[in-house]
This record gives sequence, structure tokens and C-alpha cells, in this order.
Amino acid sequence: MSDVILEMRNITKTFPGVKALDNVSFTVNQGEIHALVGENGAGKSTLMKVLSGVYPHGSYSGEIYFQGKECRFHDINQSEEVGLVIIHQELALIPNLSIAENLFLGNERANFGVIDWNESISKTKELLERVGLYESPNTLITNMGVGKQQLVEIAKALAKKVKLLILDEPTASLNETDSEKLLQLLLQFKAHGISSILISHKLSEVSKVADSITILRDGATIETLDCKKDQISEDRIIRGMVGRDLTHRFPPRDSEIGETIFEVRNWNVYHPLHEDRKVSTNVNINVRRGEVVGIAGLMGAGRTELAMSIFGRAYGTRISGTAYKQGKEVDISSIDKAIANGIAYATEDRKAYGLILIQEIKNNITLTNLEAISDGGLVNEPKEMAVTKEYREKLNIKCSSILQKAVNLSGGNQQKVVLSKWLFANPDILILDEPTRGIDVGAKYEIYTIINRLASEGKGIIMISSELPEILGVCDRIYVMREGKIVGEVPAAEASQEIIMKYIMTQQEVMEQ
Amino acid sequence: MKTLTNLFKDNIREYGMLIALIAIMIFFQIRTEGILMKPVNITNLVLQNSYIIIMALGMLLVIISGWIDLSVGSIAAFVGAIAGVLIVKNNMNYGLAIVICLGMGALIGAWHGYWVAYVKIPAFIVTLAGMLIFRGLTLVMVRGESIGPFPPGFQKLSSGFIPDFFNVSLNGKPFHVTTILIGVILSVLLIWLDLRTRKNQQKYGFEVTPFYFFVIKNIAITTAVMGFCYLMASYKGVPNVLVILFPFVTIYAFITNSTVIGRRIYAMGGNEKAARLSGVNTPRLLFYTFVNMGALAALAGLIVAARLNSATPNAGEGFELDVIAACFIGGASASGGIGTIIGAVVGAFFIGVMNNGMSILGVGIDWQQAIKGLVLLLAVFFDVYNKNKSA
Repeated sequence: MSDVILEMRNITKTFPGVKALDNVSFTVNQGEIHALVGENGAGKSTLMKVLSGVYPHGSYSGEIYFQGKECRFHDINQSEEVGLVIIHQELALIPNLSIAENLFLGNERANFGVIDWNESISKTKELLERVGLYESPNTLITNMGVGKQQLVEIAKALAKKVKLLILDEPTASLNETDSEKLLQLLLQFKAHGISSILISHKLSEVSKVADSITILRDGATIETLDCKKDQISEDRIIRGMVGRDLTHRFPPRDSEIGETIFEVRNWNVYHPLHEDRKVSTNVNINVRRGEVVGIAGLMGAGRTELAMSIFGRAYGTRISGTAYKQGKEVDISSIDKAIANGIAYATEDRKAYGLILIQEIKNNITLTNLEAISDGGLVNEPKEMAVTKEYREKLNIKCSSILQKAVNLSGGNQQKVVLSKWLFANPDILILDEPTRGIDVGAKYEIYTIINRLASEGKGIIMISSELPEILGVCDRIYVMREGKIVGEVPAAEASQEIIMKYIMTQQEVMEQ
Repeated sequence: MKTLTNLFKDNIREYGMLIALIAIMIFFQIRTEGILMKPVNITNLVLQNSYIIIMALGMLLVIISGWIDLSVGSIAAFVGAIAGVLIVKNNMNYGLAIVICLGMGALIGAWHGYWVAYVKIPAFIVTLAGMLIFRGLTLVMVRGESIGPFPPGFQKLSSGFIPDFFNVSLNGKPFHVTTILIGVILSVLLIWLDLRTRKNQQKYGFEVTPFYFFVIKNIAITTAVMGFCYLMASYKGVPNVLVILFPFVTIYAFITNSTVIGRRIYAMGGNEKAARLSGVNTPRLLFYTFVNMGALAALAGLIVAARLNSATPNAGEGFELDVIAACFIGGASASGGIGTIIGAVVGAFFIGVMNNGMSILGVGIDWQQAIKGLVLLLAVFFDVYNKNKSA
């Protein structure tokens, strides 16, 4: 029964400076759901990109066998041709086209280049039925929720006669009901003989549907667990993923909390495009000296929007509310004013908003405070070098030289450069938005240590994070946000994942009503 | 210790265009049987390309910012027309007229900058509109005819030469000793600056190129500078235009390399959002980049008018293409954040030498265009190819 559909042998893939995959082997059996788990940066996405031909044959070493034949994909079209379809975390649908147009994009039902709309529409209906989505084929993608878009992606894979479906974090942005529906669909496909690879951080889902689980850590296969033989507990999976006891994931800290250093009251923000949509409603938050305050919540709860609106109105329109620093009202209506008032915001998306990738580490770090390394408008390069080297040592940035381009650094080191640039601006209040997203466990530990050190220096730190263990492990006090509102405030001593989840889950019930 | 080939590979991108420029100069020198490097022709080459280089300085900043300006040719023509109306028709003092014209150029730049930076309309569209608007207004101003001639003082802007303080003859012809003197001072200055940079780099523990490379490089530069000055000295000496041009190039190179503003422009072009979130007022910076472009286009327009000795309706036609091509040939990236002033100047000379050389050879304007287009594509391909290889 368990004949092998896919076998990847000894895959090694290196990027400048990092070995992303080190001799990884990975086998998927016919008609199973195989979960691929691992910490962020463990190499799951890289492995799937190797498999689907995003990284063409020759750019890695090792062999891939699909249905017994060796495959050397040079692009994604070739892998799709044999029935390997990958659905990425960021959906690859075109918002202003209809479902039918998206389904057959690149695979159009056409005669001599002229699209056969009748066939397209009727085929679309058929495919939508198979995934349980009852929408008109002419509906534009932009008018649908993420859950439904996900289903369209899957229908698109079916249209390509998929034999092995690869889902990269499919439920990351779905609510419980939609997630459940999606998992049921996978089970249904399994019954029809379609195998799937499921990459997920939600271990509850993994243990629910997976037939086997492969764990990756630091670019290497750690083990493959067979779920049919034994019951696999979540703790068992985590142990494999982390490779050490969970208790040591966070550095210990003694907090010395002082007076309130920063506070916003009655903060209201509207969406920049949909002018009637409120993204923050009457938000009141504060942070004290030496304190790390966490903001928990689901994706889309409005945490980033809140942080960016506070940071010099970098997001949103019709912003109202007042900000106080050490009890005095401050004007933070533009980014330079916010920086001048000692506020820093390190973005969640370091590549798009945090770094100038084509420039040197040096230029990135000093950009926030060029005045400090210049005399009368002239950049004093020796001074700049000295400053950059200081941060390189202090934050342990691993690079060949401070003249290395930011683009060639690993995620963890890029994040350290982002932190450096904000430390160089010498803020009193640091807002860190998902500071450990996409970086490995070791680098995370270093980032937490830096956060602790900053707090002990008397700075106020606001940390946004979607990883609850991290929030619990690092923060002194936790706010929970949903739909642009602060719905809970819990001291870390009293908090647990369950308590925070309860606040977050209440949202789901509200949504269902 | 690096080997010579490694050294060459490391520096090919930096010096690649310069080597290409020297190569085509040698090519045309041979094909034109020595006409290209004749003193009179070298002087002409400088005069012909001065306005392209001046505009390229502004265009490079616009391109580094990640945008483009298609209107510079029209702005140059429009400003030339204003100069014609003010100086020739209304007998205004040309000094005052020049100031007004430069102000007008800056104002036009501000108009473009406003739409691009604050209203967020892509510069391609805004400046395409500007190209039509100001070409049209030029026709309105000059009513379809040429306005001229300009007073001799104004003409000196592009046709004059600096005076000689010595009176020396060489082979029976007057020889411009002041020009040679300027060349010597310049060479010494360049060597001193390079030496200082090198010392600074060593002081901070950076890897520097081997000393023999440094010596060879400086001998090459000095030879080029002195050779150039010798050629000009044997004609009429340094043209006035070069007196304007040289400080401009130096100042802009300095701004892009060593000032806070330069840093911010590169940062904005490299990643506008990241720069904005780092406290750079990107809309204002972009706005002033266009103001600067407008003023430089105006200066170029004045030089063109002075050179033609009249304001004509079709002055500056197609300049925008040569200017943009100069920047790209010089290694600027169309997606912003990358490019150097020196590169743009080399690019401008590259195009200049091609224009000049092909004209001497009698290549028709039709083939000239086709060949220039191909060269542009090849130059950018070379750049992209190198970038991919190093990535």
C-alpha cells in the first residue's frame, strides 16, 4: 500500500553565507498527508522551493524522484506538469480577475488562443464544487475572504491535475471554521488518492490529520514520525523541532519597572483606503520604564496598524488621540518628530520596510540618525565606521565586513541590523513588531537577550508577536488586541496561553454570530 | 595578496565603462585617421556635450531616486526661449535674465516634483506631460521662429575661452600656458585626494588595493588629465563651459558621496518605504530632486541658446534621451538606488564620442541612431550580466 510517490535524496542547498539545507532526505508515500514541521528558518520553505523548481536543478545538490522517475525541474511549470502543485503562504491570485480567470491562468481553456468561456465557466463550477465553494465563477478575487481565496487556490491546483499537493501554512490566516473545512478537504482528497504535504505551525492540526510527520531543524532532517503506529503528542513534536527543553527558550530576566514612560489615550485610526473602516478604536496603552509590554492577537487584529499609526502616523488616516511621554503630551504627528521624541518602530517586514537591501550594513545602521555621524551635513565616514563596528560587536552581527550588503545576511542578522539602526537613533521607547519572525532559534534567543538588556537600561519596550510562547516568555504585561480594540490586559505572572487564547477566541464567536 | 586577475574582476564594474570609453576613443581615433583627438575636435567635443553632462548630473539624482524625467529637453528649449524674449526682444541685462531663467527652471522642476512627490503620479507620466507642455509653450513663446542674435557677453557662456596670462608660442602657434598650469594643479590635487582616502582607509583597517595598482592608476589619471590639457592648450585653451562644468561635476560627486543629503537620496531610491520609516522626509527630498533637475535643465538651455546664438523652437529635441542614456550607460539602475556621478559623466562622454566620431566618418543620422540604441542596450546588458554573476 505504501508505495512511494516522492523521494528527495540528500538535498543540500546553500545561499551566500548560509547552508539552508544540509543533506536533507524526505519521502512521501502514495495517498498520505505528510506534515513538514520545524521552527521558522528550519528550511521547510526552501525544501519546497527546491522540490517545485523555484530553485532550478543545478542550484542545489541531491536527487528528486517523483513516481519513481528522477526529476530535474528547471522551473515551476515543469513540476506542475507532472502533478506537483504548491500553494504558497502568500496567495498567488490576481485580485482584479475573476475566479474562472484565475483558475485557468497560464492553463487557459482556449482554441488557437481564443478563450472558450463556456468551457472555462462550466469547468470552474465543477472544480469549485469539488472544493466545496459555492460562488459564481465570475466573482472577483478581491471581493472574497482569505478562506475562500484559499479554496480557489486549491481548485486551481485541481485544475492542473494535481497528484501531490503542497500547502505552505494554509491555515495561518484562517479562522477556526475555515481551517477545519480545509483540513476536511485534505482528508477527502486523500480518500481520492491525492497525497499532500502540509507545512504548518499549528501542531494541533498536524496531529489531527497527518499520517506521518517529518521534522526539520536548522536545515537538516531530524526524524520522521509515523502517526499510524503511535499516538504522537504535541510535546513530542516540539521536542524534535526545538531540540532542547522549552524552558531554555527564553533568557531569564529580572524586571525593574519604573514610572510610566509612554502612553497613548483614546487612539482612533481609520483605514487609508476604505475611509469608513476603523482599524483602531479607542485604544489606551502604556509602557513603563524597564518594562516589556506585549501585544498579542491574530493576524489582522490591527496591531501593526496601531503601532505604525503611533509612529509618526506612518499608517492610516483621520488619526485622533493623544500621546504622552513621561506625563507630558508630545507631538508625534510625523516620523521625524516621533524619532525626535525618542520613539522607534522596528517593522515586522524587515525586507520591505526595514532595510535597504542593496546597501551596506553601515549605511543601513546610520540612516536613522545621520546627524550624529556628520558635521555640517557632511558624513564623517571614520566616525560612521566606528559606530557601525560598535553595534556589530554589541549585537553580535555575523558578517564578513560592515561593508557587506544587507541582502546577503541571514534573517537573524538582518533583524539585528534593524535593531541596531533603531538603537542608534537612541530611543526611549521601542516598538518591536514581530522581532523574531523568520529567524532561527539561536538568533531568537539573542534577540530576547537584547530586549532584556534594553529594558534593564530603562527603556520602555512594546513587543508585538503572534507567537504566544514568546509573548509569555519575554513580556511583563500583555495586551490582547482584536479587531482594532484592546480586549484584555494581563500581567505576565497571571497569564497563560489559555487565558490569552480565550481573549482571542472570543473574537471568533463574535465573528460567527 | 590578490592576483592581478582578481583585482581586475573586482574593479571591472567600476572601471568597465571607462575602459569602454577609452576603447571607442582609440577605435575612432584610428578610423578617423587622427581627427578625433585633434585639439580643435576635442574642444568641440567638450562644447557639444557640456549641456548633456550638466543635465545628466540632475538626471542621475532623479534616476537614483527611482524615477525618470522626460521633460528636460523641453525645459531647456523653453528656458532658452525665455532668455531670447528677455534678452533679445526686451534688452534685459543678461546677468539678470540668467538668474530669472534659472529660477524659472527650478519652478518648472517644482511643478513636476509636486505632482510626483505629493500627488504620487508616476514621474514617467508627469514628465511626459511636461515634455509636451513646455515644448508647446516654447513654440508659443518664439512664435515658430528663431530669436537672436544674443549679445556677445551672453554668447561667451558657451563659445568663450579663459584668458591666457602668458604669451608663449609653440611651433609658431600660440600655446595656452595657463591651461597647462591648471592641469598641473588639478593633477596634484587628485593625487593628494586619492592618497588621503587611501591613508584613511588603512587607518581604519580596510583592505586597500596594492600600492603598485595605486601608482598605475594615478599615473594613468595624470597622463589623461595632462594629455587633455595639452590638447586644449594647443587650440584656444580651456573653454568657459568647462569652467562651469568642472566645479558642477565635482560638487555633485561630492554631494552624492559624502553628504547626508546624498545618503538620503540613495536610501530613498534603494527602498523608499524603509527610508521613510527611518525618518527621511521622502516626499520633500523627491520634490527637491526635481527642483534641482529643473534648474540644471535651465542652465543647459542657456548654454544651448548661447551656443546656437539664438532661441529656436526645436532646441533640445531628443536631449532627454541622450541624458537618460548617459546615466544608464554609466551604470545607474533603472529601479533606483544605484549610480554614480562619475559614471554618468563617463556615459555622457561615451555618447558624445560616438556622435562625434560617427559624424566625422560621415555615418548618416539614421544609422547613428540605430547604433546608439544598440550600444545603450549592450551597455545595460553588460551591467545586468555582471550584477547577476556577482549575486
